[in-house]
Amino acid sequence: MYPENLRYTKEHEWILVEGKKGIVGITEYAQDSLGDVVFVELPEIGKKLKVGEGLGVVESVKAVSDIYSPCSGIVTAVNESLLDNPELLNQDPYGEGWLIEMEVEELDSELLTSAEYEDFVAGEE
Amino acid sequence: MEKLIFEKSVAGRKGRYLPPLDIPASLIEEMLPAGISRKEAPLLPELTEAEVVRHYTRLSRLNYGVDTGFYPLGSCTMKYNPKINEDAANLPGFSKIHPYQPVDSVQGALELMARTQQYLAEISGMEAVTLQPAAGAHGELTGILLIMAYHTAKGDLQRNKVIVPDSSHGTNPATAALAGCEIIQIPSNEKGGVDLEALRAVVGEDTAALMLTNPSTLGLFETQIKEIAEIVHGAGGLLYYDGANMNAIMGYSRPGDMGFDVVHFNLHKTFATPHGGGGPGSGPVGVKAALEPFLPKPVIKYNPQTQQYLLDEERPQSIGRVKAFYGNFGVAVKAFTYMLMLGGEGLKEASEKAVLNANYLMKLLTEHYELPYAGPCKHEFVVTPRNSQQTGVHTLDIAKRLIDYGFHPPTIYFPLMVEEALMVEPTETENKETLDEFAAAMAAIAREAQENAELLHTAPHQTPVSRLDETQAARKPVLRWRAK
Repeated sequence: MYPENLRYTKEHEWILVEGKKGIVGITEYAQDSLGDVVFVELPEIGKKLKVGEGLGVVESVKAVSDIYSPCSGIVTAVNESLLDNPELLNQDPYGEGWLIEMEVEELDSELLTSAEYEDFVAGEE
Repeated sequence: MEKLIFEKSVAGRKGRYLPPLDIPASLIEEMLPAGISRKEAPLLPELTEAEVVRHYTRLSRLNYGVDTGFYPLGSCTMKYNPKINEDAANLPGFSKIHPYQPVDSVQGALELMARTQQYLAEISGMEAVTLQPAAGAHGELTGILLIMAYHTAKGDLQRNKVIVPDSSHGTNPATAALAGCEIIQIPSNEKGGVDLEALRAVVGEDTAALMLTNPSTLGLFETQIKEIAEIVHGAGGLLYYDGANMNAIMGYSRPGDMGFDVVHFNLHKTFATPHGGGGPGSGPVGVKAALEPFLPKPVIKYNPQTQQYLLDEERPQSIGRVKAFYGNFGVAVKAFTYMLMLGGEGLKEASEKAVLNANYLMKLLTEHYELPYAGPCKHEFVVTPRNSQQTGVHTLDIAKRLIDYGFHPPTIYFPLMVEEALMVEPTETENKETLDEFAAAMAAIAREAQENAELLHTAPHQTPVSRLDETQAARKPVLRWRAK
């Protein structure tokens, strides 16, 4: 449920780091808690983000939630297919449902490993 | 299901026949400039008068409101609205006047507004009140703008942070954001109150205000209110009281005495005026004397020499108008009538019964549902389904099934800090029989969750349409009917 090659935040985002590049999304737990996602708001390409800064908004049938950046850096790409097909976030949160790609400056110093995140989520339930 | 009136249309059918023309006819093309008259007739439905009346009467029977049944929508105070309020608001001296009339011809209306303000000030422990804001969230915005104007007048330009506990109304952070402030959210402690250590850690020279909903959205009264006020005032910030839950405290405690500087009221909740489609609302704001110069203008004043009320526009420090004319005046008439009908003792009794009803119902429901924050509660409470992981029955399913039992569902999935929240506010206008019937329905649904979860997943079953596809409606909304 929580791939080992990803790092996680306590706000339920994941980041896949490959060199300078980082891809950000929300976790299986996040999409399941939110329920059916109906709208996604993403940042503009070129926007500078700080660690913990809001990078976008996900609206589900239950609630509207901010998504926080797991790193500082510059937004280099956004998943535009989510704008027309927000259900991708529910169907494939680690793949087709990715949110943004960033040029990473610095990672959040408190990112969790897959095992640590799984423990954290178990505590939330 | 009832068809749309457009779908019932039959070409050529009429409800009214115009008399024969007895003046010379003119062609519309000759009366209007070229290009602005339409080429095709509008697609208006064509029906007889009887068909139209029956259509809308049938639709009106599908409606559900406080006049038809129990409506325990948490945080909304759906109490019964006495019909005498409507009689008062329909009196010609209130309903047939115009805002541009000379003030000496509307003295009664101005007196009613002045006295409504005075009563609200007395109920809340404040020193001045404006009736202008159109509803609760508008009142909040007005209140925060007043606070920012106060800091600005003192030269405290760096104060732009608004502290909001996670148990507050969702409109509180939205208000602060709209007023251009930065929002700091602080967590609740294990009892559902404000975490004082977290509050101490965030206050400082940049604190503009703390916004507190008391009782909170958990229906719990904040017992550490004196300490909270000291911490915020000690740092130079002001205290904003979200008065949406005023129905729990009237006559027992006053925001002004608790140390709050600004409060808003929801006349449409606490003071029994129709809302939720029957609106409009009204969100008066009360302030302490230090904030009075900033109130929206005009301000109603009484001149003892002429014995007349007047509208004072000479308010150099005012934040300006926040609403056209003087707010939703008709709602003020209804609220004023309600306050006069009940009197001071009656309002106090209303709060007492609202709290008693909520505690009684909470006790009944906790036999079958979980109570995440232990009571006693004030006017409302939050429960969650039992074993929802095992049964697969979620709050939404329970809410939908309640419709089959003839009740309006409670507020669901709010407050956000409680997963699977069901937020119940019975109000004082319900009798014991109704509360018992609702509790029995909730108990029956809890049994169904164990025995036949599918029945709940597919509920409601007794309505013209069953479970609506809310996801599809949000993703691909169809906002108007189109001819095929």
